[in-house]
Amino acid sequence: MYVAVKGGEAAIANAHRLLADRRRGDRSLPAIGIEQIVNQLGLAVDRVMGEGSLYDRELAALAITQARGDMIEAIFLVRAYRTTLPRFGISVPIDTAAMEIERRISASFKDLPGGQVLGPTFDYTHRLIDPALAEDLPVDAPLTREAPETASPRVTDLLAGEGLIEPDGVVSSEPPGDLTREPLEFPLSRELRLQALARGDEGFLLALGYSTQRGYARTHPFAGEIRIGEVEVRLFVPELGFEVVLGRVRVTECQMVNQFHGNAETPPQFTRGYGLVFGQAERKAMSMALCDRALRAREFGEDIVAPAQDEEFVISHSDNVQATGFVEHLKLPHYVDFQAELDLVRRLRAEHASERKREAAE
Amino acid sequence: MSARAYNFAYLDEQTKRMIRRALLKAVAIPGYQVPFASREMPMPYGWGTGGVQVTAAVIGPDDVLKVIDQGADDTTNAVSIRAFFAKVAEVKTTTRTAEATLIQTRHRIPEHPLTSGQILVYQVPIPEPLRFLEPRETETRTMHALSEYGLMHVKLYEDIARHGHIATTYAYPVKVEGRYLMDPSPIPKFDNPKMHRSPALQLFGAGREKRIYAIPPFTEVVSLDFDDHPFTVQEFGAPCALCGAEGVYLDEVVLDDKGGHMFVCSDTDFCEDRRAQGFGPQVTEAAE
Repeated sequence: MYVAVKGGEAAIANAHRLLADRRRGDRSLPAIGIEQIVNQLGLAVDRVMGEGSLYDRELAALAITQARGDMIEAIFLVRAYRTTLPRFGISVPIDTAAMEIERRISASFKDLPGGQVLGPTFDYTHRLIDPALAEDLPVDAPLTREAPETASPRVTDLLAGEGLIEPDGVVSSEPPGDLTREPLEFPLSRELRLQALARGDEGFLLALGYSTQRGYARTHPFAGEIRIGEVEVRLFVPELGFEVVLGRVRVTECQMVNQFHGNAETPPQFTRGYGLVFGQAERKAMSMALCDRALRAREFGEDIVAPAQDEEFVISHSDNVQATGFVEHLKLPHYVDFQAELDLVRRLRAEHASERKREAAE
Repeated sequence: MSARAYNFAYLDEQTKRMIRRALLKAVAIPGYQVPFASREMPMPYGWGTGGVQVTAAVIGPDDVLKVIDQGADDTTNAVSIRAFFAKVAEVKTTTRTAEATLIQTRHRIPEHPLTSGQILVYQVPIPEPLRFLEPRETETRTMHALSEYGLMHVKLYEDIARHGHIATTYAYPVKVEGRYLMDPSPIPKFDNPKMHRSPALQLFGAGREKRIYAIPPFTEVVSLDFDDHPFTVQEFGAPCALCGAEGVYLDEVVLDDKGGHMFVCSDTDFCEDRRAQGFGPQVTEAAE
């Protein structure tokens, strides 16, 4: 006889208790500390901060352990916390030209003021699994040198001096939009689009950026510059009449330099795609820059022919917290709607059968 | 980070005011989708964040909350959302439709007729009724502005041409107060007539899609149809196997792997209420 599906409440509580058990795993092993994650899984922490849109290393590390290492779940935890925080103000734009650089490379110039600085990169490592890492052997201290006296101007500023690249544009006196506080309405302003890309899913933007390289909205990109390091965050306090330094954040900036043949109004010049992400997240910053440039097609009067150029398509589907929620909601019961469909399919089948019978009889 | 106390009903007051402004606009323009700055909620998108935000914006300490999913109070997500508000708003909760002042629902409208003063909050996955005909928001907003709904009529007509009748069984489009085409959320079309001239206030929240819309009390809600193919609702061959109710929406419960099944009320509160009143299975000679 039919047993009603009761006891949802107890089932949920028990499931969560089991989850907590699985998360902790074997109790005879020490639990991973937050500091260990912050220090030893730094790039995972950076991704959670970037896509979670909240710069807090400890919180991101806590989210990673709470999520059992599931990155999108960790990003979701951070986002859900972030949304409850008050917004005090809007910082002065950070100055990446004044960055304390740890890595800075340009693929478009062999050498340039400030030099090429490789920094802590996986590039040029041979991807051979290192069995030695299974043991906690001593690691050499890094070799460092004094920061060079010469400044490291951004490559785009060097090009701008000759008028070869589109200028940075004028900073609007209007306060920038905030996609977390206002509903998005298409078409978006560039600042809102960049906000959406900055918190967009790394994998999604990577695939779209890749598609532009394979001919779906080709943009002829050069990695003009990638720089990683710390910048100051400043807030202008009207009561004081001057800017106050709130702290420092580590960011990755990528400026893609793209070919542009010009049009009736504009002579041929280079255009830009821009990427800026919290922490060290080079792949994400590069993908973001490729997508940004592709999405500027309308602005340059280019034909919109590929998915990466389609703003509504890209931005509506780039947020992994939204995407995972909606995909995974298919796990929720749908039996009322399924019942309606069952009824319909049965009816259609009955009609089909009687139709066949009638035809056979004729 | 230390554990922090959250505001009443989780959302901060400014966010609630923002949602209430959107709700007022939605009530003023029945069936029109009002964009709102949907927040990230502590449950996933697609799991009722829109409904939860609307509920959080309108709930007060004296409200009595009922939450259903698929018509049932004890489905896991309904339990989870009810527990959420019991925790963050400390409101009284109930499973009885008549006792509730505020009902959050997914996919059903309760069988017990709603009354004046009650608010029904729907969780909406895709608020745009034209979305599967035209994927672009910029296009569909223009279509709404111009009342350009021919595309939907063509879709329904094509159903009739192909199947002999309209093949939409849930999320069946409605016209509100003769103006806006509206998605009633994925309720079975069986429930559509309950929206028409309902004395209750009906609010719809789509969190991921950032839209709110509403049907004020006693508003005309007409399911689309044609003169020669009038709108009809699902009919079930048998009454509820537990309470014997007829003219209600039933769930099919599979009993074994030999095709055995039975039909029971989808609205668990309605079914329990009837059984408490002494109704039971209808005795029929056609017992297999």
